[in-house]
Amino acid sequence: MHELSVAQNICDIVQQSVPKNELADVRIVRVKLGTFSGVVADSLDFCFSAISAETPLAKAHLEFEHIPFAVRCNHCQKTFENDIGFMVCPECGGAETVILSGRELQVTEIELENEEEKTI
Amino acid sequence: MSVITVERKVLEKNDEIARRNRAMFSERHLFVINLVSSPGSGKTSILERTLEYFNKRVKVAVIEGDVQTDFDAQRIARYDAPVVQIVTNGGCHLDAKLVEDALGSLDLSGVKLLIIENVGNLVCPSNYDLGEAMKVVVASTTEGDDKPLKYPSMFQNASVLIINKIDLLPYVNCSLETLRNNALKINPSLKVFETSCTTKSGISEWCSWLEQNTNR
Repeated sequence: MHELSVAQNICDIVQQSVPKNELADVRIVRVKLGTFSGVVADSLDFCFSAISAETPLAKAHLEFEHIPFAVRCNHCQKTFENDIGFMVCPECGGAETVILSGRELQVTEIELENEEEKTI
Repeated sequence: MSVITVERKVLEKNDEIARRNRAMFSERHLFVINLVSSPGSGKTSILERTLEYFNKRVKVAVIEGDVQTDFDAQRIARYDAPVVQIVTNGGCHLDAKLVEDALGSLDLSGVKLLIIENVGNLVCPSNYDLGEAMKVVVASTTEGDDKPLKYPSMFQNASVLIINKIDLLPYVNCSLETLRNNALKINPSLKVFETSCTTKSGISEWCSWLEQNTNR
Protein backbone atom coordinates (compact mmCIF):
# COMPACT_ATOMS: atom_id res chain seq x y z
CA MET A 1 0.00 0.00 0.00
CA HIS A 2 2.29 2.76 -1.17
CA GLU A 3 -0.29 4.34 -3.51
CA LEU A 4 -0.32 7.53 -1.43
CA SER A 5 3.37 8.23 -2.03
CA VAL A 6 2.97 7.25 -5.70
CA ALA A 7 0.06 9.74 -5.97
CA GLN A 8 2.25 12.41 -4.38
CA ASN A 9 4.98 11.72 -6.97
CA ILE A 10 2.40 12.09 -9.76
CA CYS A 11 1.29 15.47 -8.32
CA ASP A 12 4.95 16.56 -8.19
CA ILE A 13 5.49 15.58 -11.84
CA VAL A 14 2.36 17.50 -12.92
CA GLN A 15 3.47 20.57 -10.96
CA GLN A 16 6.90 20.43 -12.58
CA SER A 17 5.46 19.96 -16.10
CA VAL A 18 2.71 22.58 -16.17
CA PRO A 19 3.20 26.36 -15.73
CA LYS A 20 1.94 27.42 -12.30
CA ASN A 21 -0.85 29.65 -13.64
CA GLU A 22 -2.23 26.77 -15.74
CA LEU A 23 -2.33 24.10 -13.00
CA ALA A 24 -6.03 24.75 -12.36
CA ASP A 25 -6.72 23.92 -16.03
CA VAL A 26 -5.40 20.36 -15.74
CA ARG A 27 -8.24 17.90 -16.27
CA ILE A 28 -6.66 14.55 -17.13
CA VAL A 29 -3.34 13.01 -16.13
CA ARG A 30 -2.63 9.91 -18.22
CA VAL A 31 -0.73 7.15 -16.47
CA LYS A 32 0.69 3.98 -17.99
CA LEU A 33 0.17 1.13 -15.56
CA GLY A 34 1.75 -2.28 -16.11
CA THR A 35 0.11 -5.45 -14.76
CA PHE A 36 3.04 -5.74 -12.35
CA SER A 37 3.52 -2.06 -11.58
CA GLY A 38 2.75 -2.91 -7.97
CA VAL A 39 -0.02 -0.35 -7.58
CA VAL A 40 -3.79 -0.74 -7.69
CA ALA A 41 -5.46 1.69 -10.12
CA ASP A 42 -8.58 2.30 -7.96
CA SER A 43 -6.51 2.91 -4.89
CA LEU A 44 -4.13 5.25 -6.73
CA ASP A 45 -7.12 7.15 -8.14
CA PHE A 46 -8.57 7.51 -4.64
CA CYS A 47 -5.24 8.72 -3.20
CA PHE A 48 -4.76 11.20 -6.03
CA SER A 49 -8.18 12.80 -5.48
CA ALA A 50 -7.55 12.89 -1.73
CA ILE A 51 -4.29 14.83 -2.01
CA SER A 52 -5.30 17.05 -4.95
CA ALA A 53 -8.54 18.22 -3.31
CA GLU A 54 -8.37 21.87 -2.27
CA THR A 55 -5.29 22.40 -4.46
CA PRO A 56 -5.19 23.89 -7.98
CA LEU A 57 -5.27 20.26 -9.23
CA ALA A 58 -8.70 19.62 -7.69
CA LYS A 59 -10.37 19.25 -11.09
CA ALA A 60 -7.77 16.81 -12.43
CA HIS A 61 -8.27 13.08 -12.49
CA LEU A 62 -6.16 10.10 -13.48
CA GLU A 63 -6.77 8.07 -16.62
CA PHE A 64 -5.02 4.73 -16.86
CA GLU A 65 -3.61 2.87 -19.82
CA HIS A 66 -3.19 -0.73 -18.70
CA ILE A 67 -0.13 -2.45 -20.13
CA PRO A 68 -0.08 -6.27 -20.25
CA PHE A 69 2.78 -8.38 -18.96
CA ALA A 70 4.58 -9.56 -22.12
CA VAL A 71 7.62 -11.79 -22.38
CA ARG A 72 9.77 -12.85 -25.33
CA CYS A 73 11.40 -16.27 -25.46
CA ASN A 74 15.04 -16.08 -26.54
CA HIS A 75 14.91 -19.70 -27.66
CA CYS A 76 11.93 -19.73 -30.08
CA GLN A 77 11.59 -15.91 -30.35
CA LYS A 78 7.84 -16.12 -29.66
CA THR A 79 6.18 -13.41 -27.61
CA PHE A 80 3.55 -14.32 -25.03
CA GLU A 81 1.35 -12.46 -22.56
CA ASN A 82 -0.10 -13.53 -19.22
CA ASP A 83 -1.37 -11.88 -16.10
CA ILE A 84 0.15 -14.31 -13.61
CA GLY A 85 3.80 -13.42 -14.13
CA PHE A 86 5.03 -16.70 -15.68
CA MET A 87 8.35 -16.28 -17.45
CA VAL A 88 8.74 -19.80 -18.85
CA CYS A 89 7.81 -20.02 -22.55
CA PRO A 90 4.46 -21.84 -22.99
CA GLU A 91 5.48 -22.86 -26.54
CA CYS A 92 8.88 -24.45 -26.13
CA GLY A 93 9.41 -24.44 -22.36
CA GLY A 94 12.41 -22.15 -22.76
CA ALA A 95 13.54 -20.44 -19.58
CA GLU A 96 15.66 -17.75 -21.19
CA THR A 97 13.09 -15.03 -21.55
CA VAL A 98 13.00 -11.25 -21.53
CA ILE A 99 10.26 -9.07 -20.05
CA LEU A 100 8.99 -6.72 -22.77
CA SER A 101 6.34 -4.87 -20.79
CA GLY A 102 4.18 -4.96 -17.70
CA ARG A 103 6.27 -3.03 -15.18
CA GLU A 104 5.27 0.48 -16.33
CA LEU A 105 4.36 3.19 -13.86
CA GLN A 106 4.68 6.32 -15.92
CA VAL A 107 2.99 9.68 -16.44
CA THR A 108 2.62 10.03 -20.21
CA GLU A 109 0.35 13.02 -20.90
CA ILE A 110 -1.35 15.89 -19.16
CA GLU A 111 -4.50 17.32 -20.69
CA LEU A 112 -5.53 20.92 -19.97
CA GLU A 113 -8.78 22.75 -20.63
CA ASN A 114 -8.18 25.80 -22.83
CA GLU A 115 -9.27 29.39 -22.13
CA GLU A 116 -11.86 29.44 -24.93
CA GLU A 117 -13.46 26.16 -23.75
CA LYS A 118 -13.88 27.60 -20.29
CA THR A 119 -15.83 30.61 -21.55
CA ILE A 120 -18.29 28.54 -23.61
CA MET B 1 -8.05 20.75 -24.80
CA SER B 2 -4.29 21.05 -25.05
CA VAL B 3 -1.96 18.20 -24.24
CA ILE B 4 1.49 18.21 -22.66
CA THR B 5 3.53 15.10 -23.37
CA VAL B 6 5.46 14.09 -20.28
CA GLU B 7 6.74 10.45 -20.42
CA ARG B 8 8.22 10.43 -16.93
CA LYS B 9 8.58 7.47 -14.60
CA VAL B 10 6.59 8.06 -11.44
CA LEU B 11 9.39 6.66 -9.27
CA GLU B 12 12.16 8.52 -11.15
CA LYS B 13 13.18 10.43 -8.00
CA ASN B 14 13.76 7.18 -6.16
CA ASP B 15 15.61 5.67 -9.13
CA GLU B 16 17.90 8.68 -9.31
CA ILE B 17 18.89 8.40 -5.63
CA ALA B 18 19.28 4.64 -6.07
CA ARG B 19 21.76 5.31 -8.90
CA ARG B 20 23.67 7.64 -6.56
CA ASN B 21 23.73 4.95 -3.84
CA ARG B 22 24.88 2.35 -6.38
CA ALA B 23 27.73 4.59 -7.58
CA MET B 24 28.84 5.10 -3.98
CA PHE B 25 28.72 1.34 -3.29
CA SER B 26 30.78 0.59 -6.37
CA GLU B 27 33.35 3.26 -5.49
CA ARG B 28 33.79 1.63 -2.08
CA HIS B 29 33.83 -1.92 -3.54
CA LEU B 30 30.87 -2.68 -1.34
CA PHE B 31 28.59 -5.62 -2.19
CA VAL B 32 25.03 -4.77 -1.20
CA ILE B 33 22.03 -7.06 -0.89
CA ASN B 34 18.41 -6.11 -0.22
CA LEU B 35 16.79 -8.80 1.92
CA VAL B 36 13.02 -8.97 1.35
CA SER B 37 10.19 -11.24 2.49
CA SER B 38 6.84 -11.30 4.23
CA PRO B 39 6.92 -10.65 8.00
CA GLY B 40 8.12 -13.58 10.08
CA SER B 41 9.84 -15.60 7.37
CA GLY B 42 13.19 -15.38 9.17
CA LYS B 43 15.12 -12.52 7.54
CA THR B 44 16.69 -11.41 10.82
CA SER B 45 17.54 -15.00 11.79
CA ILE B 46 19.24 -15.56 8.42
CA LEU B 47 21.11 -12.32 8.98
CA GLU B 48 22.25 -13.52 12.42
CA ARG B 49 23.45 -16.87 11.05
CA THR B 50 25.21 -15.02 8.21
CA LEU B 51 27.02 -12.70 10.65
CA GLU B 52 28.03 -15.73 12.74
CA TYR B 53 29.42 -17.42 9.63
CA PHE B 54 31.48 -14.41 8.59
CA ASN B 55 32.50 -13.89 12.23
CA LYS B 56 34.39 -10.65 11.50
CA ARG B 57 36.46 -12.46 8.81
CA VAL B 58 34.49 -10.40 6.32
CA LYS B 59 33.31 -7.10 7.74
CA VAL B 60 29.55 -6.76 7.32
CA ALA B 61 27.35 -3.74 7.98
CA VAL B 62 23.58 -3.86 8.36
CA ILE B 63 20.70 -1.49 7.69
CA GLU B 64 17.57 -2.65 9.49
CA GLY B 65 14.21 -1.50 8.18
CA ASP B 66 11.16 -1.84 10.38
CA VAL B 67 7.77 -0.20 10.64
CA GLN B 68 8.16 0.19 14.41
CA THR B 69 10.73 -0.66 17.13
CA ASP B 70 14.48 -1.23 16.96
CA PHE B 71 14.25 -4.84 18.20
CA ASP B 72 16.01 -6.18 15.11
CA ALA B 73 18.90 -3.70 15.38
CA GLN B 74 19.30 -4.78 19.02
CA ARG B 75 19.52 -8.42 17.90
CA ILE B 76 22.16 -7.52 15.31
CA ALA B 77 24.17 -5.30 17.70
CA ARG B 78 25.26 -8.48 19.55
CA TYR B 79 27.38 -9.45 16.55
CA ASP B 80 29.62 -6.41 16.69
CA ALA B 81 28.66 -5.34 13.16
CA PRO B 82 27.93 -1.68 12.35
CA VAL B 83 24.15 -1.42 12.30
CA VAL B 84 21.68 1.38 11.76
CA GLN B 85 17.94 1.11 12.24
CA ILE B 86 15.44 2.82 9.95
CA VAL B 87 11.99 3.06 11.52
CA THR B 88 9.52 3.88 8.75
CA ASN B 89 6.70 4.80 11.19
CA GLY B 90 4.05 3.00 9.19
CA GLY B 91 5.77 3.15 5.79
CA CYS B 92 5.48 -0.19 4.02
CA HIS B 93 8.91 -0.25 2.34
CA LEU B 94 12.38 1.27 2.37
CA ASP B 95 13.19 3.73 -0.40
CA ALA B 96 16.52 4.91 -1.79
CA LYS B 97 16.39 8.21 0.14
CA LEU B 98 15.91 6.47 3.51
CA VAL B 99 18.92 4.27 2.71
CA GLU B 100 21.00 7.25 1.57
CA ASP B 101 20.24 9.04 4.85
CA ALA B 102 21.00 5.93 6.90
CA LEU B 103 24.36 5.52 5.16
CA GLY B 104 25.39 8.85 6.71
CA SER B 105 25.32 7.33 10.19
CA LEU B 106 27.00 4.05 9.29
CA ASP B 107 30.75 3.51 9.70
CA LEU B 108 31.66 1.73 6.45
CA SER B 109 35.44 1.60 6.93
CA GLY B 110 36.66 -1.87 6.07
CA VAL B 111 33.13 -3.06 5.29
CA LYS B 112 32.90 -5.40 2.29
CA LEU B 113 29.27 -6.44 2.52
CA LEU B 114 26.19 -4.38 3.35
CA ILE B 115 22.95 -6.19 4.07
CA ILE B 116 19.78 -4.12 3.97
CA GLU B 117 16.91 -5.87 5.73
CA ASN B 118 13.76 -4.41 4.22
CA VAL B 119 10.38 -4.03 5.91
CA GLY B 120 8.52 -7.37 6.02
CA ASN B 121 6.20 -7.02 3.01
CA LEU B 122 6.05 -9.01 -0.23
CA VAL B 123 4.44 -6.21 -2.27
CA CYS B 124 5.81 -2.69 -1.99
CA PRO B 125 9.58 -3.24 -1.54
CA SER B 126 9.71 -4.87 -4.98
CA ASN B 127 9.10 -1.48 -6.65
CA TYR B 128 11.84 0.45 -4.90
CA ASP B 129 15.42 0.16 -6.08
CA LEU B 130 17.75 1.00 -3.18
CA GLY B 131 20.96 0.79 -5.22
CA GLU B 132 21.62 -2.83 -4.19
CA ALA B 133 23.45 -5.39 -6.33
CA MET B 134 20.59 -7.83 -5.89
CA LYS B 135 17.39 -8.59 -4.04
CA VAL B 136 17.36 -11.77 -1.98
CA VAL B 137 13.84 -12.99 -1.24
CA VAL B 138 13.13 -15.29 1.69
CA ALA B 139 10.11 -17.60 1.64
CA SER B 140 9.57 -19.89 4.61
CA THR B 141 7.90 -23.29 4.50
CA THR B 142 5.28 -22.16 7.04
CA GLU B 143 3.92 -19.70 4.46
CA GLY B 144 2.96 -22.52 2.08
CA ASP B 145 4.27 -23.27 -1.39
CA ASP B 146 2.16 -20.80 -3.40
CA LYS B 147 3.80 -17.51 -2.35
CA PRO B 148 5.69 -17.01 -5.66
CA LEU B 149 2.40 -17.22 -7.59
CA LYS B 150 0.65 -14.83 -5.21
CA TYR B 151 3.44 -12.24 -5.20
CA PRO B 152 5.12 -12.63 -8.62
CA SER B 153 6.71 -9.15 -8.75
CA MET B 154 8.91 -9.80 -5.76
CA PHE B 155 10.11 -13.15 -7.11
CA GLN B 156 10.67 -11.65 -10.59
CA ASN B 157 12.84 -8.89 -9.18
CA ALA B 158 14.94 -11.12 -6.95
CA SER B 159 18.15 -12.88 -7.96
CA VAL B 160 18.20 -15.30 -5.05
CA LEU B 161 15.50 -17.25 -3.20
CA ILE B 162 16.18 -18.61 0.27
CA ILE B 163 13.62 -21.21 1.31
CA ASN B 164 13.80 -21.01 5.09
CA LYS B 165 12.49 -23.17 7.98
CA ILE B 166 13.04 -26.42 6.08
CA ASP B 167 13.29 -28.19 9.47
CA LEU B 168 9.52 -27.59 9.81
CA LEU B 169 8.62 -29.38 6.53
CA PRO B 170 7.24 -32.49 8.30
CA TYR B 171 4.75 -30.33 10.21
CA VAL B 172 3.49 -27.89 7.57
CA ASN B 173 1.41 -28.11 4.44
CA CYS B 174 4.18 -27.19 2.03
CA SER B 175 5.97 -29.11 -0.69
CA LEU B 176 9.55 -28.00 -1.20
CA GLU B 177 9.43 -29.15 -4.81
CA THR B 178 6.21 -27.22 -5.54
CA LEU B 179 7.56 -24.08 -3.88
CA ARG B 180 10.77 -24.31 -5.89
CA ASN B 181 8.92 -25.01 -9.17
CA ASN B 182 6.47 -22.17 -8.61
CA ALA B 183 9.34 -19.77 -8.02
CA LEU B 184 11.18 -20.94 -11.14
CA LYS B 185 8.05 -20.49 -13.28
CA ILE B 186 8.03 -16.85 -12.22
CA ASN B 187 11.79 -16.41 -12.47
CA PRO B 188 13.77 -19.23 -14.11
CA SER B 189 17.12 -17.62 -13.28
CA LEU B 190 16.59 -17.58 -9.50
CA LYS B 191 19.43 -19.10 -7.50
CA VAL B 192 17.76 -21.19 -4.77
CA PHE B 193 19.05 -22.08 -1.28
CA GLU B 194 17.25 -24.15 1.35
CA THR B 195 17.99 -23.25 4.95
CA SER B 196 17.03 -23.74 8.55
CA CYS B 197 18.26 -21.19 11.04
CA THR B 198 17.50 -23.64 13.88
CA THR B 199 19.50 -26.64 12.62
CA LYS B 200 21.80 -24.36 10.54
CA SER B 201 21.24 -26.64 7.55
CA GLY B 202 22.07 -24.88 4.26
CA ILE B 203 23.55 -21.81 5.98
CA SER B 204 27.13 -22.52 4.92
CA GLU B 205 26.04 -23.06 1.27
CA TRP B 206 24.27 -19.69 1.26
CA CYS B 207 27.11 -17.92 3.07
CA SER B 208 29.92 -19.29 0.93
CA TRP B 209 28.01 -18.26 -2.20
CA LEU B 210 27.53 -14.80 -0.70
CA GLU B 211 31.20 -14.61 0.21
CA GLN B 212 32.24 -15.47 -3.35
CA ASN B 213 30.02 -12.69 -4.69
CA THR B 214 31.28 -10.25 -2.09
CA ASN B 215 34.89 -10.83 -3.12
CA ARG B 216 34.16 -10.69 -6.83
